[in-house]
Amino acid sequence: MKKIEQTIKPYDDKTFNTMLAGSYVQYMRSCLIWQFVRLIVINIKMLKVVVKSH
Amino acid sequence: MARLVVLGGGVSGHTAATFAREWLGKEHDVIVITPNSQWNWIPSNIWVGVGDMRKEDVVFDLAPVYSKAEIVYEQARALSIHPDGDENNPNPFVTVEYTNEERNGEKAEIEYDYLINATGPKLNFNATEGLGPDEGYTVSVCTEDHAVHASKELEKIIKKLKNGEKQKILVGTGHGTCTCQGAAFEYILNIESVLRRRGVRENAQIKWISNERFLGDFGVAGAHIKSRGYIIPSKIMTESLFVERGVDWIVGAHVNKIEAGSVHYELLDGTTGEEEFDFSMLLPPFCGVGLKAYSRTGEDITSRLFAPNGFLKVDANYTQKPFEEWDADDWPKTYQSPEYGNIFAVGIAFAPPHAISKPALSPSKTPISPAPPRTGMPSGIIGKAVAHSICDMINGKSDKPTHEASMAHMGSACIASTGSGFFSGTAMALTVYPIVPDYKRYPGTGRDLEYSFGEIGLAAHWVKHILHHLFLYKAKLKFGWTKIPE
Repeated sequence: MKKIEQTIKPYDDKTFNTMLAGSYVQYMRSCLIWQFVRLIVINIKMLKVVVKSH
Repeated sequence: MARLVVLGGGVSGHTAATFAREWLGKEHDVIVITPNSQWNWIPSNIWVGVGDMRKEDVVFDLAPVYSKAEIVYEQARALSIHPDGDENNPNPFVTVEYTNEERNGEKAEIEYDYLINATGPKLNFNATEGLGPDEGYTVSVCTEDHAVHASKELEKIIKKLKNGEKQKILVGTGHGTCTCQGAAFEYILNIESVLRRRGVRENAQIKWISNERFLGDFGVAGAHIKSRGYIIPSKIMTESLFVERGVDWIVGAHVNKIEAGSVHYELLDGTTGEEEFDFSMLLPPFCGVGLKAYSRTGEDITSRLFAPNGFLKVDANYTQKPFEEWDADDWPKTYQSPEYGNIFAVGIAFAPPHAISKPALSPSKTPISPAPPRTGMPSGIIGKAVAHSICDMINGKSDKPTHEASMAHMGSACIASTGSGFFSGTAMALTVYPIVPDYKRYPGTGRDLEYSFGEIGLAAHWVKHILHHLFLYKAKLKFGWTKIPE
């Protein structure tokens, strides 16, 4: 897989000037154990907004 | 006995009608008038549009659901409102034209005591020459049938990519005043995901074009989230994702003409450009469905009830004023018509007082900024609040609306799919509170950062999938449906 930094083009307005997710963050986005934890967290965060909005 | 008529059976109208039926005694009638025979869970259309879901997965027949709930269902298109009746009929009524096979084209008058306008928008493809799947050169995912068509067109592109041909894909908004950028955002990233999954990504050039001032505006002036000690704008999150996925972008664009294989646009700085494409999904702008209103004597009073864009005026502050003077209190609370106390509008059908994102004009005075979205969660909450108010009024508890649901005092929980797959899917979970930024209460960002959250990952995709099934379950009025929040 191409490393994320290889997508950056020096002094390019778009790729050079934004924050990018490194390989650790990208791995955690699909890590099953961590994502089960996040599933609970996301549901709690969303429920807070839903409760406040009703 | 009272009769509540709901025009439209989308998210907002369906929510209002079903809760009203639940809360009103059987001596009262609830009637839904909608030209569609099926209910569509629109947020999942983007998955139909890339071939990951079938049309049957996102729709169901309305007739058996309404029959079970004892809601009178008229498959018809509303044409006009007569709030004072006419010379032959002293009662308020709407005129409709049937769209079902048995009575197609037949017109009728349906009386009401209370009326909810929940017609949703007209998809105004005519606003841009060459826009849309019917008479233009672009596809759409706004309806389930549009999404099926988009999927077939995308499949042709994938075949060409497999043959080694280079293809250009352009997704975004097809006019300077479009809304619902979130749907286009989901669609472009799902296309990118599908092309990777099918091993043809290398040959495809994917580009975003939208009327947003910045990426991640989404028609709600963007959002800020707290993450790892930083306060991060949605612009950074979106740009980051686009760069990661190799998606280029053009923002601040008013698409003014589309020809076979090319889009012409004007930018906020006044420059113009042309972008070629092999496949393009561009959203249309929305306007009202063209309902007319007449007085008892037959005088056209449409402009008294409706704003120039065709949406129904409600209890909002429609005074024209500059962005700096916009106020959270401009936004409607009860959604009651100021002209007639028994008429309400919910979902996209109500006229917003102004945009949410800061307006912008090009040097040639072309408006290029998103219209405010009123779909999804707020649409359902507004429908339920209006149903509650009307039920209280019918039951004699009050002569005024009893429930409020201002978008300036309501949050939104949004899941934007960025690719499907039980183990390989990802989505962006985003919550904001309130939807309409209140820069007086929350200086700077306009939002309460305690309730603003954002994250990209597989878990958010699972949530999106769960919500797909949960909201279809709820809309079918299955056991416990009233306990599921909007």
